[in-house]
Amino acid sequence: MTAEIKTTRDVFIEQIYNRMHEDENIFFLCADFGSPKLDALREKFPNRFINVGIAEQNLINVSTGLALEGYTVYAYAIAPFLTMRAYEQIRVNLSLQAQLKEININLIGVGAGLSYDVSGPTHHCLEDISIMRTLPNMIVFSPSDWTLAQKFVDYSINVKKPKYLRFDGKPVPQIYEDVDTIKFENGFSELFHGEKTCLITTGYMTHKAINVVKKLADSNILIGLIDVYLIKPFNEELFFETIKNYSHVITIEEAFINKGGLDGLISKILDNKSSNIRLKRMGFEDAYVFDIGSREYLHKRNNLDEESINKIIKELMEEN
Amino acid sequence: MSATDTNNQMDLLREKAIWVRKETLKIHKIAPETRIASSLSAVEIFVVLYYGKILKFDAKNIKWEGRDRFIISKGHGAISLYPILADLGYFDKNELKNVCKEGTFLGGIPDSIIPGFETINGSLGHGLGVACGIALALKRKKAKEMVFVLLGDGELYEGSVWEAIMFAGEHKLDNLILILDNNQKCMLDYCKNILDLEPHEEKFKAFKWDVRTVDGHDVNQLYDSLKMLKTERNYKPKLLIANTIKGKGVPSLEMDPLCHIKNLKPAEIDKILVGLT
Repeated sequence: MTAEIKTTRDVFIEQIYNRMHEDENIFFLCADFGSPKLDALREKFPNRFINVGIAEQNLINVSTGLALEGYTVYAYAIAPFLTMRAYEQIRVNLSLQAQLKEININLIGVGAGLSYDVSGPTHHCLEDISIMRTLPNMIVFSPSDWTLAQKFVDYSINVKKPKYLRFDGKPVPQIYEDVDTIKFENGFSELFHGEKTCLITTGYMTHKAINVVKKLADSNILIGLIDVYLIKPFNEELFFETIKNYSHVITIEEAFINKGGLDGLISKILDNKSSNIRLKRMGFEDAYVFDIGSREYLHKRNNLDEESINKIIKELMEEN
Repeated sequence: MSATDTNNQMDLLREKAIWVRKETLKIHKIAPETRIASSLSAVEIFVVLYYGKILKFDAKNIKWEGRDRFIISKGHGAISLYPILADLGYFDKNELKNVCKEGTFLGGIPDSIIPGFETINGSLGHGLGVACGIALALKRKKAKEMVFVLLGDGELYEGSVWEAIMFAGEHKLDNLILILDNNQKCMLDYCKNILDLEPHEEKFKAFKWDVRTVDGHDVNQLYDSLKMLKTERNYKPKLLIANTIKGKGVPSLEMDPLCHIKNLKPAEIDKILVGLT
């Protein structure tokens, strides 16, 4: 695998910028939040780029009005403020409305998980997976790399529903080389096939898991890895087919656990199938992170670093 | 229009307002869950917009691109629009007998499942921001249609409304007309006793809006002002402050600071219906 490092939002915004030349139906709104790639867009399309100011509620409401008139709208802000300051606007005007009318609004939240490590708990986003997937009629996209985001551009234009795009704030290495074969409808890709244990990850944690799996493979320990990128809707049948031969699965997410995040999605599938597969959830316990330090440091402090993942894998292997 | 024609039209609007008030009370009789006081303050506003032909609409083609968009942000206070929409052919009049009953689409708070309603209502503070997006879209399409919004004065307490007020002024949305049903009462008290926001005029003007004030129960004043606001394109969004009385037409409600949550007993409604002329 090549490992070209890029920032997901920049790749995505560049693609939208390219589309805006030919597709006059696209509006791009932000709540006073930028990106190097956004500068070209706002200069080129002053009529279809709008900075509503630091006003996430109005970001959603204005986006709704534009979408009701048939425009494809991208609404861009820092993830926790976008999803939680404006949650009720999203609930009423996107989630409820989309049940009655076709509206295409793409919420681009930047700063998934601990992307904004040193900015502290207001900027960390550990709730968004669970609160956004709880909303009916909402599509939730959580890409692990920028190629997935690039691939998502067509989907975001063609599928006329509200969507939440959970983007990492930091540059990430490329995971997928051939995105043409990816079917978003399935929601996941099996990156490694293992023997007994399978890691199930989303977003940034997929990168950590890849390192763990590769290192263990060097010692002939074959661990599976599934990258979940479309959290809702999700092809549950296909997913269960993929994991049914494992004895243990471990969900790893930069999010609270036991609150309906990625772990909730997987646990529901296992439940529905009355499966005997054991589920171990890795993520954040019921507390915010006030520690100051790098993302890696925060992971260590919260048992989400590679060593902690390895430890859990070994414990589960010993159980067998 | 000649002076006589105008007088005739205003007489007609006054008659319609009495009829709408009666029909709204009849709905409240079968559906006491409806917010009657809030719905009565907006009667003349609805009547002038629809029967005064201020709004462009086609009841048989609710998605018509050429319609003016009307966003009813104070959704709970729009029960008085039900008889109007039925009368104009948006839906079957017989449905008015089923308000809040099982299987109907006419609930205690209207949503866009009802033909004629554009948005989801019931949660306050959303309508103006959504209307800003629609107004902006119409401008970009170079469409002539207007966006009307009905807001209650109590709704001005929602911070999101002020985000939208800032936005509309800055973006010069002169195709946006906000009608403030200034009935001066919230759920638990007079607004002036909760957080006194008066005067409204200066606040909106400071945010680059045009402001007019009328007696919201005087169809002449409402008609003339709305007609004028509709034609004026001066790069400013427009606010029409309609000074109204919450529970208008029902003395026991008019006098009561808690009228928002008051239901009228059937016998009381019957008595009022006889007296309304």
